[in-house]
Amino acid sequence: MSSTSSQDQRPLSPHLQVYRPMLTMMMSIAHRITGVALYFGTFLVAWWLVAAAVGAGYFDMVNGFFGSWFGRIILLGYTWTLIHHALGGLRHLVWDTGRGFELDQVEFMAKANLVGSIVLTVLVWIVGYAVR
Amino acid sequence: MVELALPKNSQVGQGKTWPVPSGGRLKEFQIYRWNPDNGQNPAMDSYTVDLDECGPMVLDAMIKIKNEIDPTLTFRRSCREGICGSCAMNIDGTNTLACTKGIDEVNGPVKIYPLPHMPVVKDLVPDMTRFYAQHRSIEPWLKTVSPEPQREWAQSKGDREKLDGLYECILCACCSTSCPSYWWNGERYLGPAILLQAYRWLIDSRDEATGERLDNLEDPFRLYRCHTIMNCSKACPKGLNPARSIAEIKKLMVERRV
Repeated sequence: MSSTSSQDQRPLSPHLQVYRPMLTMMMSIAHRITGVALYFGTFLVAWWLVAAAVGAGYFDMVNGFFGSWFGRIILLGYTWTLIHHALGGLRHLVWDTGRGFELDQVEFMAKANLVGSIVLTVLVWIVGYAVR
Repeated sequence: MVELALPKNSQVGQGKTWPVPSGGRLKEFQIYRWNPDNGQNPAMDSYTVDLDECGPMVLDAMIKIKNEIDPTLTFRRSCREGICGSCAMNIDGTNTLACTKGIDEVNGPVKIYPLPHMPVVKDLVPDMTRFYAQHRSIEPWLKTVSPEPQREWAQSKGDREKLDGLYECILCACCSTSCPSYWWNGERYLGPAILLQAYRWLIDSRDEATGERLDNLEDPFRLYRCHTIMNCSKACPKGLNPARSIAEIKKLMVERRV
């Protein structure tokens, strides 16, 4: 078949627009998004440590921000992001050994990752408030 | 490149609604249409079929539509029993073979699109050129350096069993075109179907080009764009597991270095 100009005008068939959203696919993109979010989360930790090095006044200010309701929401999100991404990492570690590829296992690990990340986040915060 | 939206010329409009038959068990089929000759955008045509007068599979309905309602509807099909891979398309949101997909598996109207993120030749016929070129690039044939045996290349039962779950692949491209990584990086990432084929030759006990084959795959894009999204294994109409084959290739890469 020779190349014709009609080849350039060929439409691209629909993809994301029509593909059925599935948990495993959503968890994959969530892993990517939490990974990017953690990059920014690390700045929060660095900011806190730098504040401690700068002096008591500045540290109180930064600590006060993290202690405010807005700061706590950010930290709650950071906690979940961190745990969700870490559990996702474990999932990938299992896959890297060639295990966990049966479709029911894949589904189970995706659900466990999601439920586990929420439960552990709540636990961390309960412990956090308890030792405060 | 990740491009979430469709290009302007690819956006899908509302097409024609074909006459609805009277009575019977009616089922609507919404089918992607694109005609290269009239310069218009793709559109979804609506056909209604009486299931009492139709075979059980989506392909049966499509053939009925082509025969009785609209002969211009264009799609590939051949064996009608899931062995040729011609009628691979996106039905009800996932890639599968129209001939093995039961109409009763779909609730509501049956939406049919071409395999995703592919150049469309006409209607449900995608251009598979790149897919086949990628298949060629992994040299899918037995490569040996030993002198040819008098008779066939012998293989133990155990070694033969390693090919189970691989040799059944019919190269329908359902898996590759379900993969977001292949959507965004299809020019450089080989995709699940081709990598499953690559693995089929890597673990063939008779093949003597394993190192060379691995060298060819050792590339940030060709192999490692797989992020275990799992759409491939979920889509495979033959029940194969391309994601696992890719993981096995990644393991071979590590094993040969240690």
